Amino acid sequence: MTANIVTITSGKGGVGKTTATANISVALAQLGQKVVCIDSDIGLRNLDVVLGLENRIVYDLVDVIEERCRIRQAMIKDKRFNDLYLIPAAQTRDKNAVSPSDMIAVCDQIVEEFDFILIDSPAGIERGFKNAIAPANQVIVVTNPDVSAVRDADRIIGIIEAEEKGPAKLIINRLNPHLIRRGDMLDADDVLDLLAINLLGIVPEDESVIMSTNNGKPVATEEKSAAGQAFRNIARRLLGDEVPLLDLNLKEGIFHKISKIFNTEGD
Amino acid sequence: MSDWLSKLSGKPTSAENAKDRLKLVLIHDRTDITLSSLEEMKDKIIKVISEHISIDPDLVKIQMVHEGREQRLIADIPIKPRR
Repeated sequence: MTANIVTITSGKGGVGKTTATANISVALAQLGQKVVCIDSDIGLRNLDVVLGLENRIVYDLVDVIEERCRIRQAMIKDKRFNDLYLIPAAQTRDKNAVSPSDMIAVCDQIVEEFDFILIDSPAGIERGFKNAIAPANQVIVVTNPDVSAVRDADRIIGIIEAEEKGPAKLIINRLNPHLIRRGDMLDADDVLDLLAINLLGIVPEDESVIMSTNNGKPVATEEKSAAGQAFRNIARRLLGDEVPLLDLNLKEGIFHKISKIFNTEGD
Repeated sequence: MSDWLSKLSGKPTSAENAKDRLKLVLIHDRTDITLSSLEEMKDKIIKVISEHISIDPDLVKIQMVHEGREQRLIADIPIKPRR
């Protein structure tokens, strides 16, 4: 077994990298995969709290790198799943405590024992991001359908290519079908047209993400949540399954129907 | 998706504005070429070409376009007919 090492990054902060990392990890674990997720955002750790594992941290990533513990001691097992582990970030250090070769060395220690290693990258294009992509054999870029997130995604996609880690795949997070129908949000085709990379998934804006994060219970475990379903689909696509994109127009309004009529007349 | 809205009102939707603005911003982000340096380059190209061929500077068009993730500089330089 050799793990697929997947780094989740974005350029801009706050677009949902950590939420995506937590939920894809959980969804992969639910599909029977052996998964480790690593929080590489040193000094701003969050993957622990999104997964609901914050009370179980003893050692962290920097402890492993500086050999204060063995890697197994820093891996927190998520007891809700058979094979899901978290290596948390250090909270009292900064990103200069870690180098790209440290990240490669950490992954090397466990790469033979797992199916997936998911690395949650910090925002930005500096050291922390370089650390996060160093061991990756696949990079996922998360963006939102707004001007600043798309612009930053384009920058990061260019850097990923320059670092020979491309082509990256895209997750468009927090898509709001209602705003799109009104003409007030870029739709997935617009974003793909601008960024010109392959799509891995679209995650609709969904209140249940906030509620489940409040409870430390990733939304991918919630059968009825649209965002949860989107993350489960993304996990299946990572395993090579062909899964159609979610139909986000289930609650189709009168305006959408008019839009369809106009569009056919227009063509 | 909602271009019927703009067709109806004649005004572009905010999503269309976002896309048009991003198109321009991304071209310049990717190439590091500003609009003013593009203008400067255009003037120089017109000067060099005018030394050899008769052209109308007002009809010269030079623009950056992108195809996928590749950028291209397109110059359209109509030649004046001989009299």
